[in-house]
Amino acid sequence: MPLFDRKDKSRYASFTRRTLMLSGAMGGIFAVLGARLYQLQILNGHEYLEDAEHNRISQRFIFPPRGRIFDRFGVELASNRRNYRVVIVQEQASPSVEAVLDSVAKIIQIDPDKKQRVLHDIAVNKKFAQVPIVENLSWEEFARVSMHLPYLPGVQTDIGETRAYPYLAEMSHVLGYVAAANQKDLDKDNDPLLAQPGFRIGKRGIEKQYDSEMRGGAGASQVEVNAYGRVIRELDAKPSSPGKDVWLTLDCQLQRYAEERLGDESAACVVMDTATGDVLALASSPGYDPNLFNVGISTTAWNELLHNDHKPLLNKALSGSYPPGSTFKPAMALAAYDNGLADLQVFCSGSVTIGNHTFHCYKKGGHGHVDLRRGIQVSCDVFFYEVARRLGIDKMEAAARALGLGAQTGIELPGENSGFIPSAGWKLARYGVPWQLGDTISAGIGQGYVVVTPIQLCTMAARIASGKALVPRIAHVVGSRFQPQPMPGALPFSPEAFAAVRDGLNAVCNEPGGTGYAWRITEPGFEMAGKTGTAQVRLISKQEHDAGVRKNESLPWNLRDHALYFAYAPAGSPRYACMVMMEHGAVGSHPHVQMARDILLFAQRRDPVKLPTAYPVRAAEDHREGEG
Amino acid sequence: MPIRPYAAARRHLSITDKLYEVNWGLVLLITIIAGVGIAMQYSVAGGHWDPWASKQLVRFIIGFVMMIVAAMVDIRVWMNIAYPFYAVSLVLLLGVEAMGMAHLGAQRWISLGPLELQPSEPMKIAIILALAKFLHGQSVEDIAKPGRLLIPLIMIGMPAVLVAMQPNLGTTIIIALDGCALLFLAGLSWWWIVPTLTAMAAAVPVAWRYVLHDYQKARVMTFLNPESDALGAGWNITQAKIAVGSGGAAGKGFLEGTQSRLNFLPEKQTDFIWTNFAEEFGFVGCTAMLILFAVVLGYGVQIAMSARSQFGRLVAMGVSLNFFFYIMINGLMVTGLIPVVGIPMPLISYGGTAMLAVMFGFGLLLSVHVHRQVEIPRHSTGII
Repeated sequence: MPLFDRKDKSRYASFTRRTLMLSGAMGGIFAVLGARLYQLQILNGHEYLEDAEHNRISQRFIFPPRGRIFDRFGVELASNRRNYRVVIVQEQASPSVEAVLDSVAKIIQIDPDKKQRVLHDIAVNKKFAQVPIVENLSWEEFARVSMHLPYLPGVQTDIGETRAYPYLAEMSHVLGYVAAANQKDLDKDNDPLLAQPGFRIGKRGIEKQYDSEMRGGAGASQVEVNAYGRVIRELDAKPSSPGKDVWLTLDCQLQRYAEERLGDESAACVVMDTATGDVLALASSPGYDPNLFNVGISTTAWNELLHNDHKPLLNKALSGSYPPGSTFKPAMALAAYDNGLADLQVFCSGSVTIGNHTFHCYKKGGHGHVDLRRGIQVSCDVFFYEVARRLGIDKMEAAARALGLGAQTGIELPGENSGFIPSAGWKLARYGVPWQLGDTISAGIGQGYVVVTPIQLCTMAARIASGKALVPRIAHVVGSRFQPQPMPGALPFSPEAFAAVRDGLNAVCNEPGGTGYAWRITEPGFEMAGKTGTAQVRLISKQEHDAGVRKNESLPWNLRDHALYFAYAPAGSPRYACMVMMEHGAVGSHPHVQMARDILLFAQRRDPVKLPTAYPVRAAEDHREGEG
Repeated sequence: MPIRPYAAARRHLSITDKLYEVNWGLVLLITIIAGVGIAMQYSVAGGHWDPWASKQLVRFIIGFVMMIVAAMVDIRVWMNIAYPFYAVSLVLLLGVEAMGMAHLGAQRWISLGPLELQPSEPMKIAIILALAKFLHGQSVEDIAKPGRLLIPLIMIGMPAVLVAMQPNLGTTIIIALDGCALLFLAGLSWWWIVPTLTAMAAAVPVAWRYVLHDYQKARVMTFLNPESDALGAGWNITQAKIAVGSGGAAGKGFLEGTQSRLNFLPEKQTDFIWTNFAEEFGFVGCTAMLILFAVVLGYGVQIAMSARSQFGRLVAMGVSLNFFFYIMINGLMVTGLIPVVGIPMPLISYGGTAMLAVMFGFGLLLSVHVHRQVEIPRHSTGII
């Protein structure tokens, strides 16, 4: 067969013919396109030019005022105040945005960080968008810029609203803060408001928890703009719908006192109403000034917060988890009482050998004969080793969980840690190692795998004090909606068990020999009952045990044990439960017990649960609509 | 036509020879058009290199290198890998169905590690190569046989259906047009063409009823009567016409366009980039641009006619027609002559994979030109 034949020749001829046909068709289409452009641009060009001139209707957002946050007595914890700001519109800035910014910097101070941010914002926003240069100016500065406006093309001054937190760091961990939405927020939320320069959303705390409620809905104004995007007049406006107010169960005064009492320590404190579970104070120190985030925190300030070893950005009351140490013992005592160990007697010689391991009591010489009441009072480890050995991990776990440990309490704040209460099955599943008796013994004194959060311990204190399954609650009213306040359920412990444990807790504080006796409340009628605890941070070697355990005071700060304490008062008929945790605070003078004592005394003297609250009776928006 | 011995077709061309043989006039034209595109990206970003112009420049440079490299490769190599290339593209399209991520409500992208690929773009080239290879082996009489004709129809149908499922009407149309044009050029009998066209015209009402998506129907309806929904779906058409028309004879000048930049138009940097060009450079600029496009197409036709192998002729015409279909659909769309379908203006609209696909297509065209003397027997599969 030849390589090329007649058939090739015929199809080449056909190809050429048809290529010419298609070329003609292409030419035809180009002619159509050209003719259409001639029609649009030459014949009707003037009409379209006129249309273009009128094509200037643009939509602008009207930011809704953000809902405010109040305490139970109507004190404003977060509000909006007038924000004198200076904005720049890229389209109008001449000769360049940088040059205009430099001129502005001659009138008011703009730090270089800020300038970079403005340039970035301008790059990512539309040319006619108002990008804030500086916010929260004083009236004087604002007036100065306004005076120079004719020489600052593209610069405008306007009065917006900004978030204000009058109590600065004192409420920071409860309230959180607001800041501009980041890419992640934009991906999650389709609200077009988020992408607007200058708009802020809740990032932490209540601000985050109820962000969608407090945010409100955007309004829109239809404006006519000129060829450069400058607004000539407003055509139509749809007002924004204001965000909903949030009323908290907090008592601002008690909260502030608690914060003040915690001082600069790395500590947390929770105060709860033992009748309802309402949280009256939730403090974590150190805090941060939420106002800083509002206008964009500087890198230095942010790094300072981030790298501070006292962790000011962490809400330790909710997100910090610690071994409960001896504060776990009352839970064990409750379980012991109902499981036939009410009359248990143990001789404490300072240590006990179970299996082939020796478990030490914190008191080297031992406590001698110890019963359940004295076990709580002097916090005897050997007694609770025996309790744990006899109960077994299953019953211990059940008791701890019944008291609210090892699970999120469900308080209306983001970022809550669940803590952890181990079970036999968990260890096998997690590590492939069966549960050991030694694990049970360590868990009996709140060490080993057991970790809890301060809010859980405060819940436990309130549950022991009331005998009811109280649940902490911090928001009372959100907009028009009252937060549910379920009736607390029953706890699986007998009234006798509660009575015995409360008696023991009373003895801790109010009888000589109790671990909290030195720091008791002496005012009659205000006495507290509580339990101390120490959470070990480092491992103590056998050699150290033999030579004598080093005192915390002689250790560097970050190796000292955490100190925990929960209490309720008055001891006879409790109204307030309080928990104080101090990181690396286990020193002889028990500063954390002193804090709790002062806070409980302050709470009882002020008695916020007896004062009339200022919660709105009617729905918040109805009220506003009535006004308008 | 003299029949050359097979050995002559294997004449060795060195890289220097090949570079000399590249049609540099065509390369210059392509560069000018792409330069206009980058200037437009700069303009719609309000006179900024970011976010589009700088990326587009980088993509053009990559595409340029790809084009020259593709031109250096012997067309018999392209013929050899035509089917594998087609198979890989088809698998990628299937991949998009399976694990592609949603983009603008349509499954069009596939993630390969850090790369995001739109497999419908390489498919446009792959279909041209694969069909050219198949049709190279068929005489005019062969293609008239129903059994033979079925094969290229399946080759066109599979990717067209997959792309239509994404859904991406514009690319489906381009793939179908590319395929049909190649069949036509290979000498498909008029006895097939005329009845098929008649049947298609009859099928339009059926397609309207059962095949088109709601959004596609909405586009057609608003196209037929844009004023009915001037602020909704008709917005694009009305605004595009205003932008193009307001350019007038001489245009408003570079960076002086307001309609596209004030965001009256969506997709201003991609499918509607032509409106910005028309607004800023007017009728004069548009005509000049159309002439540039026409000259590029003229080069394509000339290269196709001068190639000695049927494969080369078909590839050259396929690539040229593909380029033309883009211009036609986009040009007619932004001037309001056909409904809006998502087709960019080649070399000018913003978009990475599309730019690379177009540049690769030009690389093939140049390869055909460089190797125009190469003859390939009908029954050869392209092996050198």
